[in-house]
Amino acid sequence: MRHLLSTRDLSCDDAIGILDVAEDMADVARRAVPKLPTLQGRTVANLFFEDSTRTRLSFEAAAKRLSADVITFSAKGSSVQKGEGLKDTAQTIAAMGVDAVVLRHGASGAARTLADGGWIDAAVVNAGDGTHEHPTQALLDAYTMRKARHGDASRGRDLEGLRVAIVGDILHSRVARSNLWLLRTLGAEVTLVAPATLLPSGVATWPAVVRHDLDDALADQPDVVMMLRIQSERMHAAFFPNEREYSREWGLDDARFSRLGPDTMVMHPGPMIRGLEISAAAADSARSLVLDQVTNGVSIRMAVLYLVLTGATA
Amino acid sequence: MTVLIQGATLPDGSRADLGIRDGVFVEPGDAAGGRVIDADGLRALPGLVDLHTHLREPGYEQSETVLTGSRAAAAGGFTAVFAMANTSPAQDTAGVVEQVASLGEQHGYVTVRPIGAVTIGLAGERLSEIGAMARSRAAVRVFSDDGKCVHDALLMRRALEYVKTFDGVVAQHAQEPRLTEGAQMNDGALASELGLAGWPAVAEEAIIARDVLLAEAVGARLHVCHVSTAGSVEVVRWAKARGIDVTAEVTPHHLLLTEDAAVGYDARFKVNPPLRRSEDVEALRAALADGTIDIVATDHAPHPVESKETAWAEASFGMVGLESALSVVQTAMVDTGLLDWTGVARVLSAKPAEIGRLAGYDAPFALGAPAHLTLVDPTARRSFGVEDLRGRSVNSPYLGRDLPGRVVATLHRGVPTVLDGEVRPAEDVAQEASRG
Repeated sequence: MRHLLSTRDLSCDDAIGILDVAEDMADVARRAVPKLPTLQGRTVANLFFEDSTRTRLSFEAAAKRLSADVITFSAKGSSVQKGEGLKDTAQTIAAMGVDAVVLRHGASGAARTLADGGWIDAAVVNAGDGTHEHPTQALLDAYTMRKARHGDASRGRDLEGLRVAIVGDILHSRVARSNLWLLRTLGAEVTLVAPATLLPSGVATWPAVVRHDLDDALADQPDVVMMLRIQSERMHAAFFPNEREYSREWGLDDARFSRLGPDTMVMHPGPMIRGLEISAAAADSARSLVLDQVTNGVSIRMAVLYLVLTGATA
Repeated sequence: MTVLIQGATLPDGSRADLGIRDGVFVEPGDAAGGRVIDADGLRALPGLVDLHTHLREPGYEQSETVLTGSRAAAAGGFTAVFAMANTSPAQDTAGVVEQVASLGEQHGYVTVRPIGAVTIGLAGERLSEIGAMARSRAAVRVFSDDGKCVHDALLMRRALEYVKTFDGVVAQHAQEPRLTEGAQMNDGALASELGLAGWPAVAEEAIIARDVLLAEAVGARLHVCHVSTAGSVEVVRWAKARGIDVTAEVTPHHLLLTEDAAVGYDARFKVNPPLRRSEDVEALRAALADGTIDIVATDHAPHPVESKETAWAEASFGMVGLESALSVVQTAMVDTGLLDWTGVARVLSAKPAEIGRLAGYDAPFALGAPAHLTLVDPTARRSFGVEDLRGRSVNSPYLGRDLPGRVVATLHRGVPTVLDGEVRPAEDVAQEASRG
């Protein structure tokens, strides 16, 4: 694999391949010394034009477990604030001898632009670009779902028949987009649940069932309920009236949580706002896979770095 | 100075020799002894007129100047351009418009007619000195805040009324600002998939609908810049049927390209208004063919490389278009059978001149008329490249694309500005132009 830019263009075999390599990586984590020499001497640059402590730390942990060197660039207090653009920053970092660039950027398509620009030779891993995609998040979500459903027999399997409800701000969510494409590729069925203001234009053409009413969606007993973060600045732009009303209509509160089946997986890409989109009881329950998602994130990112840096096919 | 053009094919298909002396058309017999141009197999068109060009001078000379933009225009077969007002300082006073006009005059490649800003600094707050610009040596007749929409309804009403006093026209950039905050490309499923904020058609259509009603209410003339949606076409069609004095333009790129070009995030395809759906392209072509849309205007918008070599959301809006306009119109309209060459002459010369109150284009090739013309080889084909661009910027969406037609010669007031497909040296053109 040369780059990882989106889940939209991953084939089913590619996706399963990445998930399987991640299984191997997870095995490493269970060893006494959870570290592989595989990427010794290789350098991974985390280029974070947008703040994201979780994703950055996860990629950093992944690179280090594979013995790669990690350098980190974050835009705050950097030359970017002095007006330097993507091209110059990337070329500067690449000139220091970098084999892979993990890019988080506020502009949709930034990873693709960096990969296609011919400016650098390094592999590019998209760690979130604007409202476009966040492919490693979707991969770790799929991994988590597969693990919860198939356990140790996960290798080689897809998500055929799994029913996933994604709830919240679909419009602004790169996580929702990456998940939709990947879940569909893996054979899962997706329902998107949101007020009409938080659904993207043309969503009717997307391969998903669209609902406005969360209670109706939950009555279908989905296998997975994935809650998305709702950013409070949205209500100032008239996407919904206020937090109370949002929470009442689209929050996974205690009452809704109690109606879920015993095996329903509750997921959230984090950071969660308890009491707004998800209640404390739901977040802390045994059905919540939120911390598994974080753990699995490291395995997925190890797999992705391994694949792009060794040029292996999954 | 005399020029004799032999065996040209006129727009209507007839063959003729054309004589030129002292800047006007004369009997071929009276044009002996000077330059002879063999136009066998070439189509003679009246000099093209672009009602919507950004020359960037003063203020943005790293993108374009009056000289470089004039050369690009000549290379595209144009003999007159209307220069948009969003310079720095803006073209909102008599002094600035006179400066731009005189630079054009001095270089001599094309007639440069500055467009005046509707509001001071294009800020949309107070009317600029429209009267002073109209009465200046630049004789401004077209007023526009292009790049920004005159969105305040009262201000637009006043502008329409006030401009009427000077036989001018307001050219509106129809874009409701609140509906397009942060907008990046045509709104729809593709924008949603790419994660680029959508630019809804209604943001254009709602302003056009309001403006035609305002124009009707105050009995003023309105021109709509770069119409880009099928819905806008319907509004304009309705307004014309109602007798409202409205004209409309479409850009070459909106006649050819669609939103699909955004898929690779190549910012050369980022433009305002955005590229739309193929249904819109079809509607725009049909509207240009049936006269609902009056003219083609390039919206030539040069930008330096660094403003396009970046993430899409951070890139500038706009594309250069003077050098490619005629080829794009040929491929979208002529080769598809929607428009003949007489129609091309109408939408790219006579009609834009009429809207902009530019004299000398109402009787092309007539004896005594100013000798503005271009000779085109419609059978030529080329892979459009950077070498075909003659301005200062290279942000063309057509690089690497196969396009028909080639401008072989252009004459402005009888002075050849392009010969054998090459733009002539600036000194020669300036010298010959000043001799008259």
